[in-house]
Amino acid sequence: MTEQQQRDLRHDEVESGTQSVLATPRVDVTDERQNSLWSDAWGSLKRNVLFWIGAVLTLLFTLMAIVPQVFARGVDPRACDLANSKALPSADHWFGYDVQGCDYLANVVYGARNSLIIGFFAVLVILVLGVLAGAIAGYFGGVTDGVLSRIADIFYALPLILGALVLLRVGPSTDIPIINSQGPGAVALALALFGWMTAMRLVRSQVIAVKSSDYVAAARAMGGSNSRILIRHILPNAVAPVLVYTTITIGVLIAAEATLTFLGVGLQRPAISWGLQIATGQDSIRSTPHLVLFPSIILTLTVMAFIMMGDALRDALDPRQRS
Amino acid sequence: MGRYVARRLLLTIPVLLGASFLIFAMVYALPGDPIRALAGDRPVSPAVVEVLTERFHLDDPLWVQYWEYLKNLLSGDLGTDFRGRPVLDTIQRTLPVTVKLTIVAIFFEIVIGISAGVLAGIRRNSYFDNLVLVSTTVIVSIPILVLAFLAQLVFGLNLGWFPIAGTREGLYSYVLPGLVLASGSLAYVARLTRTSIAENMRADYVRTAKAKGLPNRTVIVRHTLRNSLIPVVTFIGADIGALLGGAIVTETVFNLPGIGREVYDAVRAQEGAVVVGIVTLMVFFFIFFNLIVDVLYAVLDPRIRYD
Amino acid sequence: MTRPDISSYAEPVVAPGAPILSVDDLFVEFRTRENVVNAVNGISYTVSAGETLAILGESGSGKSVSAQAIMGILDTPPAQIPHGEIWFEGRNLLTLPAEEQRKVRGPGISMIFQDALSSLNPVYSVGFQIGEMFREHRGLSRKEAKKQAVELMDRVRIPAAAQRVNDYPHQFSGGMRQRVMIAMAISLDPRVLIADEPTTALDVTVQAQVMDLLKDLQRETGMGLVLITHDLGVVNEVADNVAVMYAGRIVERGTVDDVFTNPAHPYTEGLMNSVPQVEVKGGRLQPITGQPPNLARIPSGCPFHPRCPRRRLGAEAAPGRDCADDVPPLRLVVPGREAACHYSEEVLGV
Repeated sequence: MTEQQQRDLRHDEVESGTQSVLATPRVDVTDERQNSLWSDAWGSLKRNVLFWIGAVLTLLFTLMAIVPQVFARGVDPRACDLANSKALPSADHWFGYDVQGCDYLANVVYGARNSLIIGFFAVLVILVLGVLAGAIAGYFGGVTDGVLSRIADIFYALPLILGALVLLRVGPSTDIPIINSQGPGAVALALALFGWMTAMRLVRSQVIAVKSSDYVAAARAMGGSNSRILIRHILPNAVAPVLVYTTITIGVLIAAEATLTFLGVGLQRPAISWGLQIATGQDSIRSTPHLVLFPSIILTLTVMAFIMMGDALRDALDPRQRS
Repeated sequence: MGRYVARRLLLTIPVLLGASFLIFAMVYALPGDPIRALAGDRPVSPAVVEVLTERFHLDDPLWVQYWEYLKNLLSGDLGTDFRGRPVLDTIQRTLPVTVKLTIVAIFFEIVIGISAGVLAGIRRNSYFDNLVLVSTTVIVSIPILVLAFLAQLVFGLNLGWFPIAGTREGLYSYVLPGLVLASGSLAYVARLTRTSIAENMRADYVRTAKAKGLPNRTVIVRHTLRNSLIPVVTFIGADIGALLGGAIVTETVFNLPGIGREVYDAVRAQEGAVVVGIVTLMVFFFIFFNLIVDVLYAVLDPRIRYD
Repeated sequence: MTRPDISSYAEPVVAPGAPILSVDDLFVEFRTRENVVNAVNGISYTVSAGETLAILGESGSGKSVSAQAIMGILDTPPAQIPHGEIWFEGRNLLTLPAEEQRKVRGPGISMIFQDALSSLNPVYSVGFQIGEMFREHRGLSRKEAKKQAVELMDRVRIPAAAQRVNDYPHQFSGGMRQRVMIAMAISLDPRVLIADEPTTALDVTVQAQVMDLLKDLQRETGMGLVLITHDLGVVNEVADNVAVMYAGRIVERGTVDDVFTNPAHPYTEGLMNSVPQVEVKGGRLQPITGQPPNLARIPSGCPFHPRCPRRRLGAEAAPGRDCADDVPPLRLVVPGREAACHYSEEVLGV
């Protein structure tokens, strides 16, 4: 590995938030060492309080997205009566009512569905794009790598919110399906389009690090084909940092979706989304802060769930923490 | 060093071109109606359609459009809104606010983030260290959107320590929004610095520095700090993009008349040209800032200069 | 062992003077969450002016840790020094306040390490790092310190020193980097230089050059040189006396010639036998069986007994000299030779 490649590796790891700094990544490629990596990690994870908090919350909100009826206590979020408009929380209605007199608890609960769907779907697309591009760029190097990396650089120049903002703003005027729908698909695709680069760099650096290892040289000497080497020997090594990245990114993207929706380019009424709820609530924040507070708290807890889990995973999988 | 700077400058040009093309493509090159893209739901009369088609060369081949677009960009013509006001004027009017906000945010990010990180890194596993760890995880998880409202409610409305909106109190008006904007980045910088310092303190060259009989403070400040800041500088550069996106939300919530709030208003008012114009400016600034960060990186780490 | 012949260094040119550094019954342990690692278990040695003392041992024998304890650069948690004294210039370093200890490091005792690339700070020029010694300990200005740095780089035979003083460590080759480290270490004319595996990471020819340099410098200054290594060849060619360490203890001590030709401890014997001899063709190498002990669980009695071909246990052992039960003290076996073995006389063949 040249100095430049090493520097890029460190650079990428810092940016993807998976490792920091100066040590050259030492790669454990053999199967036994991989197994011990995961069992060690689990041992370390089990002891981490923040991991459990994150995991429980993640489970909680995933369930909330799948079966919102349960959490909403059977109340229909769209059963609204203007007479109750903006009513404050009470014993029966823990979150009070929103502007149109709909039960707010139900609305906040149902909001989880859109957010999690968008988060998971966007990350899925990012993984497909990023892993593919990164693996190809890293493995084949040369011009392929040059082109792909320059493309990534260009996309990097457009920060996530800004790029997605423009795309979603012009989306409805295009003829492209999904993008013009102003629905969760559009938001997810927009986020993925401006968020795939970090995954690509991450995978690329892992591939480069392993590609030049003795282990792979041996595999190739024994006649392994390119794709076989890539799939069986190189990619499994990338799983750990990519897993950490994925978990954290789901949280980041859920926050991004709420932000974009709040700004007016994400989901539109009458969809149920935390971003919309906050946007509507902001007008009366002095008199009825609960309209902003409740979706905000639930949103924050959801984001926190994924980020805590991701953090805990990162600590558990960090080879330097293990003595 | 000079060669390194020249090379970075040269590399910046294709990125600038590519980024501007990307924005251009999103508005004008995707299948669909670019006029709709600019006007949104606003009803557009045929006369206006004609004017716009002419101005943006919408009947010409794509590369002509892009060429004209680029020419306009470089000469500062970012188009006008639907009331005929040049986007550039709007920007000039509102940019200073955003600049001040961003500077305040970066200031907090660097000063608080690095200080907390250094102190935590030196005393690993101490009470302070664990405090920093937990609090940064929590802060990073709170979306700026939420934090803005929370801060406004608690520190502005309830406690009255800060103005809740506007810029009437001069620089002081920027303190709370600046802190909010910087919060996530600050937390991350603290974490990164902490880890970096903790690792560097175990480095061989720190051992050598001690073996040379250097005072402890010199060992930390001279031999650990600079090395540790290298990845932090890298991060701060990449993070400016997030700061710019966050500025939109922060200015909106705190009602600061900057370009971020202009974007928000433009989205609501279906002023496509304004949105695109401001975002383009932000992107160019981001690229430029990253160039500076790269140079700074080379100043900190001599190994980079001789690639 | 094919190396350039520098056997002229077998005889110290300056007759050894009074002892300048004296380690007395030093213990160092590391307390981790799970256990206590006994890295150094009661070692004592002396270094005199102009003397080259080699501390020979495998990795994990405690040789580096003892050196770092002398320098006072161990991280004290998790390391602890529960017992021992280190005498230098009439003072026990371990009882000195931290600030006083610091002043001894560099001007009094200095140290060089194995990997010069990672041991030098990559972001500062070599001139800056060498000059640091003068700026910190002697109060020189930047310009004066740089001048001194150039002189030192000349002295350690780095070509074009005046031009290279502003270069960075990564711009030098391995051997040159090690010379930079040596320059830093000798800059203030220390009484003792501790070299921790200085040549292990270098090519053979470069090794010889670096060892040449160290010996020359020693002759010029009369400093004591403590050479920590696992390389028998280097010890043989450069050192006057050798202390063999195992499991944190010194198990044999004497002049290099004596110990190498006629070991008094089964471990040393094993080391000598495991090295291929040019004159002896054919036959098999005889490595020492087994593994070095886990310093958290040092075997009872003589720590070498599990691997020792000469051990006497139970009925075979003389009373009080059961290799598994009784710890053999480091004792004078013949004049000028100490060994920690119950049956050294047998090993020696006296």
